[in-house]
Amino acid sequence: MLRSLLFLPGNNPNMLINAGTLGADAVIFDLEDAVSPDEKDAARILVRNTMKYMNLEACEVIVRINSVDTSFWMEDINALLPYKPLVFLLPKTNCKDDVLKVCGYLSECEKKLEAEEGTAFVMPLIETAQGVENAFDIASCSKRIKALFLGAEDLTADLGSKRTKDGREIEYARSRLVVAARAAGVDVFDTPFTDVNDDEGILDDALLAKNLGFSGKASISPRHVSAINRVFSPSSEEIEYAYEVMMAIKEAKEQGKGAIALRGKMIDAPIVQRAEKTIAMAKALGIRGDENE
Amino acid sequence: MNKLVTTIKEAVELSGLKNGMTVSFHHHLRNGDYVLNMVMEEIARLGIKDLTVNASSLFDVHLPLIEHIKNGVVTNVSADYISGGLGRHFSCGVMENPVSFRTHGGRPSDIISGKTPIDVAFIAAPSCDPMGNCSGKYGKSACGSLGYAMVDAMHAKKVVVITDNLVKYPLADWSISETNVDYVVSVEEIGDPKGIVSGTTKITRDPVGLVMASMAAKTIEASGLLKDGFSFQTGAGGASLAAAKFLKEIMLEKNIRGSFGLGGITGYMVDMLNAGCFEKLLDVQCFDLSAVESIKNNPNHMEISAQHYASPTAKSAVVDSLDVVILGATEIDTDFNVNVHTDSNGYIMGGSGGHSDTAAGAKLSMIIAPMFRARLPIITDRVNCISTPGKDIDVLVTQGGIAVNPKNSELKERLVLSGLPVISIEELKEKTERITGKPEKIKKGDRVVAEVVGRNGEILDEIYSVC
Repeated sequence: MLRSLLFLPGNNPNMLINAGTLGADAVIFDLEDAVSPDEKDAARILVRNTMKYMNLEACEVIVRINSVDTSFWMEDINALLPYKPLVFLLPKTNCKDDVLKVCGYLSECEKKLEAEEGTAFVMPLIETAQGVENAFDIASCSKRIKALFLGAEDLTADLGSKRTKDGREIEYARSRLVVAARAAGVDVFDTPFTDVNDDEGILDDALLAKNLGFSGKASISPRHVSAINRVFSPSSEEIEYAYEVMMAIKEAKEQGKGAIALRGKMIDAPIVQRAEKTIAMAKALGIRGDENE
Repeated sequence: MNKLVTTIKEAVELSGLKNGMTVSFHHHLRNGDYVLNMVMEEIARLGIKDLTVNASSLFDVHLPLIEHIKNGVVTNVSADYISGGLGRHFSCGVMENPVSFRTHGGRPSDIISGKTPIDVAFIAAPSCDPMGNCSGKYGKSACGSLGYAMVDAMHAKKVVVITDNLVKYPLADWSISETNVDYVVSVEEIGDPKGIVSGTTKITRDPVGLVMASMAAKTIEASGLLKDGFSFQTGAGGASLAAAKFLKEIMLEKNIRGSFGLGGITGYMVDMLNAGCFEKLLDVQCFDLSAVESIKNNPNHMEISAQHYASPTAKSAVVDSLDVVILGATEIDTDFNVNVHTDSNGYIMGGSGGHSDTAAGAKLSMIIAPMFRARLPIITDRVNCISTPGKDIDVLVTQGGIAVNPKNSELKERLVLSGLPVISIEELKEKTERITGKPEKIKKGDRVVAEVVGRNGEILDEIYSVC
């Protein structure tokens, strides 16, 4: 389960070597924007060796390759596919053809490596107006797609709008991506909050993303990771309520009751579904075990 | 009675300083201190030889001391801390006799007991009146507390105060009383304010430092010690300050009111006092301007002597009432022995200061250190120098996990129950070495250049020459 996704520059050995200790559920080794063209090859080698030799324990690895309109992306995949990143993050995905191009190349590479086809996954990074409008097509075009990812910095540049802290300029894009991803049955991750010194702002921004339906949130600073994890983890009240719901359902079944109420509200299927999800999440995070069951 | 003399030379002569005697200095002016160099220059001019310099700490600003050693003016040095530039000379064997390292608590204890008597104490004072009442809180060279000078003033045979802010008698709010002072010298400058205290001390922005700091605060929370009446000391390093920041947030959130903050005091501890995290600050040394301002203006920010701070032979010292201390390490071994005296090449670059005093006194002694610095692992099979014995260390916090000293099984249980990433120190060492490899052992020279005296007078270790 991914709540926090932390970008780390692919050309910074000190950050790469500490990747597993920064508290993020996943790190995104960045070969794109963080790395200048003349350092692409060095960064690729550093990232490859980090994935080859370092044990990042519970921390998952995502690699942001270069976009399909550059000459670097295929070399990125060649170098890193053998080390099985959780997903490849595909920057500047405008349409499903961009995704299918990468997926086709992944199939070729998997054959060469004699790996099972379709075992490498991708996460399109939606950061253009065209990408937002094509979000559902993109999210549903391949079984390799695990999630969508919103990139607000490039998007606002493309929209000609000013990027602000409260994010009103990306309200539409956020909602559009959540709807598209959920309709396609994949996860969706929110853009980083870029003021690394604003400890309150990150909490508000993460909470907004959670309430909109995002699965988790990216960060460009390790300082934001714990806030994101906190917001995207179920609270003790939510867990308590989820167990109460499940208990009420169990009792109702035992008593042969059809409709049930809890705390003065009717419990219907979506509430039960949410409660199950909360309990599963709490268990996965080791917050609460079976003691309430 | 006239204690005011016109020159340092005159004061040295009047003090009766002779060959083979001991002179002492405090380090409140830190790397901005002019006084030790001024005094030693006059002593050298007077042809006095074979002296012992007993300083609470020595900094690189004191490099002229090396010439006095070469010329035979100084033949013995005793200090609680020696910074790297100066330490390199001692490591290269500039002095025939080994440096004697003590702790901030052991030094006053040995002065009082007569084990290391002081013949003449030279006390730099940012403010002083003509009869010797002096303070560090006022004047252009203000340094705040004069805690390390107090025992020297009370127990040296002769006491000379050197000031650059001579005020009318009587100076109110003195730290050292005229009853102990023989002579007063007024000079133009006793130090460079830029080197005395830093403008502000800042918490680290290094992500790894922040991870460690957050884990340190959670460890303290999980230890069971964080409750009303809690007492705490931390250093001025970036990660230690960040741990204090996280701790402050927990204390405010849980409405915990501690009893006191201790030690070298930074602006961050002052913020905690002002926020209501502590009722008092007990201050043996100020690290920044914010601390100097606070000790001057806030009656709950109190000055204490080094004896009161940490002496093992006092009837009690504040470290004995301390709950938690956060400390650093250049190395730590699998028996939790800590080195803060030498660097990775074996050169002297520090000293215990209050490290082993607070570790011995506090209920929870925590080391914060990264798993590796540059390419070198922090955990070794055996540290190059034992500064603080492992029996006094409870826990090591790194970015790769928390290692609890097996002697403290209750703490380990508490941390595991709180879901913190507890790992054995041996596993942590292996985990680190998988990244860094295992470095070769340092080749020691054949001469002992320093001995580390533990706070109870035992020789903890010897430091060998490097060059």
